[in-house]
Order: sequence, then structure tokens, then C-alpha cells
Amino acid sequence: MMRLPPFRYLAPVSVTDAVKLMADHGPEAMLVAGGTDLYPNMKRGQFEPSVLVGLRGVRDLAGVRTSASGGLAIGAGTTLTAVSRHAQVRGRYDALATAAGVVSTPQLRNMGTLGGNVCVDTRCNYYNQSYQWRKAVNFCMKKDGEICLVAPGSSRCWAVSSSDTAPVLWSLGASVRLAGPGGERTIPISALYRDDGIQYLAKQPGDIVTEIVLPPADGLRSVYLKLRRRGSFDFPVLGVAAAVRMDGETVRAARIVLGAVASLPREAGAASALLVGQRLTPELIERAAEAAYRPAKPLDNTDFGHPYRKKMTRVFVARALRRLAGLPEVAEA
Amino acid sequence: MKKDVFSIVGQSLPKIDAWAKVVGETKFADDLLMSRMAHGKLLRSPHPHALIKRIDTTRARALPGVYAVITGQDLPRVKFGILPVSQDEEALCTDKVRMVGDPIAAVAAVDEETAERGTRLIDVEYEPLRPLMSIEESLGHPEVRIHEYGDRPNVHKAVALQFGDVEAAFAHAHLVREDVFFFEGNTHLPMEQHSAVAQWGPDGKLTLWSSTQTPHYVHRLLSKILDMPQAHIRVVAAPVGGGFGGKLDPFAHEIAACKLSQVCGRPVKITLNREEVFYTHRGRHPVLMWIKTGFTRDGAITGMHFRSWLDGGAYGSYGVASTFYTGALQTVTYKIPVYKFEGARVFTNKPPCGPKRGHGTPQPRFAMECQIDKAAEQLGLDPADMRRRNLAEPFVKTANHLTVTTIGLGECIDRVVEASGWREKRESLPPGKGIGIACSSYLTGAGTAIYWNDMPHSGVVVRADRSGLVAVLCGATDIGQGSDSILAYLVAEVLGIDPKDIRVHPADTDLTPVDLGSYSSRVTLMAGNAAIQAAERLRARLFEAVARKLETTPDRLSAAERRVFVADDPERGVDFAQAVVLAESVFGVLAFPGSYAPPKRAGKYKGGGVGPSPCYSYSACVVEVSVDRETGEVTPTEVWIAHDVGRALNPLLVEGQVEGSIYMGLGEVLMEEQIFRKGVHKIPSLLDYKSPTTLETPEIHTILVEGADPEGPFGAKEAGQGPLLPVIPAVANAVYDAVGVRIDETPITAEKVVKAMEGKRQGKPGRLGPERLPVFTFPEPKVVESAFGLPAEDVSVRPFAS
Repeated sequence: MMRLPPFRYLAPVSVTDAVKLMADHGPEAMLVAGGTDLYPNMKRGQFEPSVLVGLRGVRDLAGVRTSASGGLAIGAGTTLTAVSRHAQVRGRYDALATAAGVVSTPQLRNMGTLGGNVCVDTRCNYYNQSYQWRKAVNFCMKKDGEICLVAPGSSRCWAVSSSDTAPVLWSLGASVRLAGPGGERTIPISALYRDDGIQYLAKQPGDIVTEIVLPPADGLRSVYLKLRRRGSFDFPVLGVAAAVRMDGETVRAARIVLGAVASLPREAGAASALLVGQRLTPELIERAAEAAYRPAKPLDNTDFGHPYRKKMTRVFVARALRRLAGLPEVAEA
Repeated sequence: MKKDVFSIVGQSLPKIDAWAKVVGETKFADDLLMSRMAHGKLLRSPHPHALIKRIDTTRARALPGVYAVITGQDLPRVKFGILPVSQDEEALCTDKVRMVGDPIAAVAAVDEETAERGTRLIDVEYEPLRPLMSIEESLGHPEVRIHEYGDRPNVHKAVALQFGDVEAAFAHAHLVREDVFFFEGNTHLPMEQHSAVAQWGPDGKLTLWSSTQTPHYVHRLLSKILDMPQAHIRVVAAPVGGGFGGKLDPFAHEIAACKLSQVCGRPVKITLNREEVFYTHRGRHPVLMWIKTGFTRDGAITGMHFRSWLDGGAYGSYGVASTFYTGALQTVTYKIPVYKFEGARVFTNKPPCGPKRGHGTPQPRFAMECQIDKAAEQLGLDPADMRRRNLAEPFVKTANHLTVTTIGLGECIDRVVEASGWREKRESLPPGKGIGIACSSYLTGAGTAIYWNDMPHSGVVVRADRSGLVAVLCGATDIGQGSDSILAYLVAEVLGIDPKDIRVHPADTDLTPVDLGSYSSRVTLMAGNAAIQAAERLRARLFEAVARKLETTPDRLSAAERRVFVADDPERGVDFAQAVVLAESVFGVLAFPGSYAPPKRAGKYKGGGVGPSPCYSYSACVVEVSVDRETGEVTPTEVWIAHDVGRALNPLLVEGQVEGSIYMGLGEVLMEEQIFRKGVHKIPSLLDYKSPTTLETPEIHTILVEGADPEGPFGAKEAGQGPLLPVIPAVANAVYDAVGVRIDETPITAEKVVKAMEGKRQGKPGRLGPERLPVFTFPEPKVVESAFGLPAEDVSVRPFAS
């Protein structure tokens, strides 16, 4: 079998200790929470940390509470299962409950955490392979190699943001609380990501995501749709997160965020803008779907062909909006 | 033995090893631990096609914890292969690699991590050659040769057979259709990765424990590969965690473990990781097919001409048999008076293909059953009725000289049509929902061994002693299909005892009689018949001894409920254990052999050895699908299958085999692809190689059709492979019914459905499938008279029967 390489596992019990351990060990160290993504990646040689700072013993990181502003603050160490089943998440932030509940399998959701999913490594089918496999194609720039095998002329890595919860949290206007050597700060989740397959997080490696803060629901309706080959356990190859706030029949605010079409969640701003101040009619939904799918530029590095994933962006955005509008999900052909 | 009233047979009993498997007590090969055991690892090629210029193992040998490093130079320089006609493999490549994953060297070390590190310290210098990754590339570059042998450059085998005048048959037809199909390659995906433990004893004898379906063939070939007498080799098949045809060849890890054990003087275990299993492969061939069939106005087939091109991968394996199998069984299902078959297998720089559940027949079945559906539509016939009208006749020969015995296909069709509501649904399903039907047949055991011999195909010894224990020793391997249990049921039935009173000892070449292996759906029939024979011999002795004691005659005795008694005076009798004591007292040690070899019915033409079987199972399948007209996603919502199993020795096990076949077939038709990019397997992991889970598996309604076959043990036919075959075309036909597009290639993915529907909207034919055929001239066919309709011979005639 594929074996886990040797490493030191450190188990701090407080965020402060964890921050310190990360600072002490520098680039040799990585954070691990549920380990459902990191450990298999380490077996394939995608990461070679000599130290892992485990967050499972940090009790403050788990749990859901009402935030100061009346929204929800979800500890980064809360398991995906707990998030998906939490009564207040389900009632008020449906899309988040859905997204957390469709990550991988029940076993992995019992181990995997919301913070882990928010920070999950970008994926590419030239990269999520064993060392021997990657050697056979001469490696790629994300690990051990020089070029991007998806776009050999490109100077950057095109690995794909593969989080289910990230586009949803973005669409919900969530913020992320970070703890680092310089103290604590809170940033909008949209500022957590960078458009680069390697440096896909805008935080420092030693910064720890401690909490995800959701603004008050306030009439929010949200939905998340996920494209994948198997409903049972695949990563998204397209995610559509849509959230609207309504004034009666009229859209007061709207945000559509696409997952798995780029190295970061991609907000479909033009499409969202079309909706504001309007009624969600089938015609408007079609126009918004058209506007949302144009900027989506998936590449050929996940399951399903990229032309299909692009095509489906339009179908999925339309379906998401139809669901928010209370229309039948599939337009009659 | 003729029997109508059964006590064990026909009952839905749990497998005899079910409890051990459920609680995790079964010891698979990778569970074996021995003192001082070393762990081995193979170094594999990163190149799809390259010459090996130099191998330097110095640095690996110097790594602390490494016990031994071997290359092909340390093994006898002999090539091998499972079929005598394709001796083209080396356990460790010496001068050339032919695929990514080809083994080059092996390291034994204190643990697996060290062995792996050792492999990375082996320096290999390659001279890359042009990789040939498809049939077209291989045929288009005869100057680049993957092997030096074969019928033509890069053509492993090209065959052509003709049974009667097909051109005349087409001339008389009302409708002649020519269609082209492609079936994508896919792999077995057994849950258990291959594992082997070898121990070279101080006496110079070798023992190999392995997860293999064919301990006997491994035994034979190890002797050749290691250049040592077979008598000094012992092969023990560990319980196998799923085979499906993927553990039917001798493999590099087995051979390397043997040699490493000799070199380092320790037992050596090598367990493949999942990625290596994808390279080891021997799975479903990608096959391009052209099929031309003539039909009368009322749908009868006048003749068929079938061509197949198989993408064989880097080595021969079972490929010659696979090639013939793509043409062998078309004639067994429906009446096909004249038939012509041309097939070619092409080498490519990919893991070698071989046998997977249904060996070589799901591909042509897909082509044929989809074509029949298209013809039915053109002729204005109901596809179920058309198939019903074309049924082959029982107890006759087919055009290609196969002898068919019982055929329950008519009842199978009637039952699935009825159960599924076929006729109403054909009329009433809304757009986006569809229903499709297909039929099939499959061997119950290959009629010929892979090497020519006159010996039994299956041997069983049944032993009893004064403890009352009955032991069944048989060379067959239980690969999860339940063959150990079947042997226990059969022997218990004959002896009138409980299966629990029996211990089955499988697959140890030192201790058990030879059985050819768990392939071609042969074990229940062949080892089963041998077990019945052995048990009857034991019972005859028991009856003789008891008759003396009770002062009666053996023919008046009966055995049931753990007693031997006078049939018409049941109070007079003895316990089974007492009967054994009486018999042992009279006759001494009680150990009785049973032997089975199938009737010799191979057609008298080259290639006639592929296809014959004692009898054939039949299946009919109806699938209902829902197709998302925007995303193209195909969801099978319900499956009805009727399977003619002759007699269900244990209906629970038969249903399990049928359901497993359905599940596997759905994976093949909807998702699975063994595909390559940049010379490398694109998705060699359980996450990325898409195969359905239980959550993707719909409701399955299994109907068992029984009609005892004279060839089978108590009339039983196979159940492990045949039911896979009709699922694939039934789904394709249902997709057409749902959305009006023909996807003439597997897998039928959402992307293909969307593309075909778009094409149709733009006025194109609404078909997605191969557009071109290779430029290829088949050899002149061997012309043989069609045997269509001739009476069956040799039914129930078995060597070793008396």
C-alpha cells in the first residue's frame, strides 16, 4: 500500500500554542485538522512536511455560536457533518448545510472540518497522482516540476479550487477570522483566495483559520448545486452557489459564486448585478445564466471535459436561480 | 445423479465463510505474517515504450534495511505467458519496457517504506521509443514494433472464420444493417489488491501464497519461469478478495517475491498498491466493432458478419482467446444460420488487456443487441417480440459448431417483459424516461483447458473419518463467488448431512487435486460435478457398511438429516458418524476422488476451442432510465433481470452474483474508462477511476429461471458472468428510448448524451459513436460448413464419469 512518510505530529491545545508552533517550525510545518485531504496527499508525495501541527486538540476551534452581529460564527474545527446538520445552519444558510453535506463521504465528513474544506488544496489531475506517476510525466510546477502540464505555455499553475463550502461562504458574504504571529484579524472570505493554483490562499502559512463568520441571515435564500460524476463521493468539477435577499418579489441583493472553474471561487458579478432590483422571471434567469457562464473558463484538468463543464455552468446557474425563485428546476423543453 | 427432492440444494443459505468475512477474520494474502518476513516492492517503468540501456542497483543495495535487489538478469532468461501461443512476458524487463508500469527491478527490505526507498535508488538509463497508444497508431507505424512476434507488425493475432455463405444470406434479406460500435476498455477493480508471500525453504523448495484465481496455472508457469521442477513448488491460493479475471495470469510480483525470498533467505511479501493494480490490469479490451446483419421482414436473422479490432495493450496475456471470444457467442442466443467473423488484436503501449467478467463477449453483445434494437425500429417490431421470435433452439449446434443444451431465454424474456411493465411503459413513459431490453448467453465453463491435455479439469477428494467430519479437498479457489460453499452444499446434499459438518480445503497444490481455476464460470459445474461424484463414492461405501449392519441391501438405504436409514422404514438406521465408523471398520481409510472433464465438443477448426462449454446460461434484462435532457446525466432507475441458471443451488448466492453483475455492467456502460494521456493511465485511483457505488445502484429485480440442464450439477448453470452482458446494451437502448439519441460507444456519459442531443437538434443523425474503421485487410477466412441446426451430440457424456 501507499505509506505515509515519517513526520513529527505536534498537538497543541490552544490557538496561541498552535500559532507559536507554526512560527517555530517555519516552512517545515503544516497544519492539519481532519487530515482527510492532507494525509492522502502526503502519501503521494504532494506535501513533504517534517512537522504537522494538529488542530484536533484545540477545543476552542469546534462549535457554532451566535456572532456579535447576530449571524453565526462557526469554529473552523467544526466537522462538516456537524455543520451540515446544525439546526441554525440548515434553517438559515441552506446552501452551506447542503455544501458541507456533499463533501466526499460520510466517514470523511465526520473527520473533515469546515476550516479544512475552506483551505483545501487546489486539485488537478496532473497533480493529484503518486510520485511515480508524476515522475512519468516529468512532474508539474505545483510539485517537483517546472511547467504547467494543462497549459504548458503558461507561467502559472491552473490547479482548480475544489472546495464545496468556499463558493457558498463567499456567496453568503462570510468572513474568516485568522490567528497569526501578528495577532488576530478578520477578512472577507473573498480576500482569502488568490488566482493561482499554487499560492491559492492569501494568508501566510502560519496563519490559522479559526472561525468562519456569517452575517445575519435576514431573509436570505441560498442554494448550492454541485456537478460531479457520482453523487456518492466525488469532488466538485463545478459548483454553483447562489444567494439572494428579496424584497417581496424583487431581488434586493444577489451573489452568484462558481466553484471548481478556476484556481479560486469565481464570483459571477455581472450575472448577480442583472438580478438586483428585478423579479426572478424565467427570462431574467436565462440572461443571468448566460452572463454567468461566459467568464467561466474551466481547463482540461478535472473529471469531465472542460467544454461540458462550461456548458453546465449555464445550466446549473439557471437551475440554482430557478430554485431560489420557486420555479420548477428544469425548464420544460 | 438424478434427484428431484433436495434438502440443501435450493435453499437460501449463507456462505460457509460469510461470518469470517463479515467480522474480518478471513486471512487474505496480505494478512499473512511470518517471522523474519521481508517486504518487497517493484520498480516500474516511467516510460510507455523505451529500451533499457543500463540498470545500476548499487545505491539501492547500499541502503540500510535493504536485503536484496534483483533485476531480470537474476531470473532465468525465459519469456512466459498464460497462453502457449503468447510467450512474451518477462517478470522483470531486461532490455525493453512496453508500458508505464512495466516492472524492471525488485527490492526486498525490512519494511515496505524501505523497499520503496530502495526502488528509487535504482538508476535506470532508458532510450525512449515512440509510444503507440491506439490501434490506429500501432497499425500506422509498422516500423515501430512493440513485439518482434505477431501475425503482422504490431498485430498480435488476426483471425477469420466463415460458417456458410453470408453474402447469399444478405442478398435474401429484407433489411441489411451495417453498424459500427466502440466499447471502451475498463478494469476489474477488485477490492483486494494483489498480494503474494513467497517462502524459499531451506530444503530448496518453494511455497507461494497468493491472491490468485488460478493456482494451477501459476504453479505450472512458475516452474518454467524459475526453471525448477513443478514438484518442488507449492502454490496456495489465499482467499481472494474479488477477482473478476484480474488474477488469472502469473504476475511479476509473485515471481519477484519467489526470487527475492531465495536471494535473501526470508519469506517475502509483495502487495500491490491500487495504482499498480491498474497497471497489472488484464481487463476489458477496448474493441472497435463492425457488424453487418441481414433480417427478414419479420425480424429473423438471415446471417451475420462481425468484425472486431481489439486494443490489446503491451502483452499477449489471454488476448488470443479474447479475440476469438469477441466472435464466439453471437450465435448462441438467436438463430443465426450463417456467420462470418474476423478479428484482430493489436499491441499498444498500455497495460495488457485480458479476461474480465464476460471475457470478450460484453463488447460484441453491446454491438449486436443495439443493432437488433435499431433493426426492430426499422421493421416496426417490438424489440422484445423480435428477440423472442429469434430464439435459438435447444439441443442443437450453432453455425460455428457450438453445442447448445437447455435454453431458458424465452421464459427469461417473458418474465422481464411482464415484471417491468414493458408493454405499457413503451407506450406511456414521458420524454426523458426510457426503457430498453437486451438478452445474452454465457459459458458455464470453458470446454477446453488453456494447455492441451486429457486430464480432469476439476478434481475433488472427499474424506470422512470416525469423528464424523467430512473434508472436501479441491483445487478450486473461492474468489468471493461462493464456490467453497457450493462444494459444501453439494457434498452435504449427497451425504444427507449439514453443510456445517463439512470443511472445505481449497486450492493448495500440495494437498488438493488439480482444478484449472476460477474463470469462465466453470467451478460450480466442473468442481461441483466432481464433488458429487466423490461424495457418491463415499456414500456407496457408507451404504454398504450400514446395509451389512442392518442386514439389508444398500439400494434400500437413504441418507438425510445426518442419518443413514432404510428408506421405507426410517426408524431403522444409524447416525451419520456411526455410518462412517462402520465403513471405516470395513474399508479402512475413507477418501474418495471425483473427477470432471467436459465433453469434447470443440469444433474441428482452428479457433474451435474457444466457445464450447458444457452448457450456456441465458439472461434477459430490462432497464428503465431517466435522462436529464439538459445535463445529459443518465440515471438507471430500475433493473429487471431474468437469468436461466438451470437450477439455483443456492438462490441467495445466485441473486448475489446476478446483482453484482448488474452493478458491474452499469459501471461499464455509464462511467468506467481505462484511459491514457501522455502515455500514462489518466486516472489510476479509486477516486478518479469512476465506478459506481451502492448509492448509484438502482433497485434490481432478479428473477431466477430454472430448468435443470443435463450437464450441470443437479442441473445448475452459471450465474457469475452472464447477467452482466445484457445490462450494457439494455441501458443504451433505454437511453435511445428516453431521448432519441444512439450512443454507440461506452461509456454513455452525460457529455456524450448532451453532444448527441445537440447534434440532433442541428439536424444531424442523433448518433454518437465511432465514425471510421482502421484500414485493415483480414486474412482469408477459414471456410467451414455451418453446423446450424444439427442435433447436439455427446450430451451428458463425460470423461471420468465411471
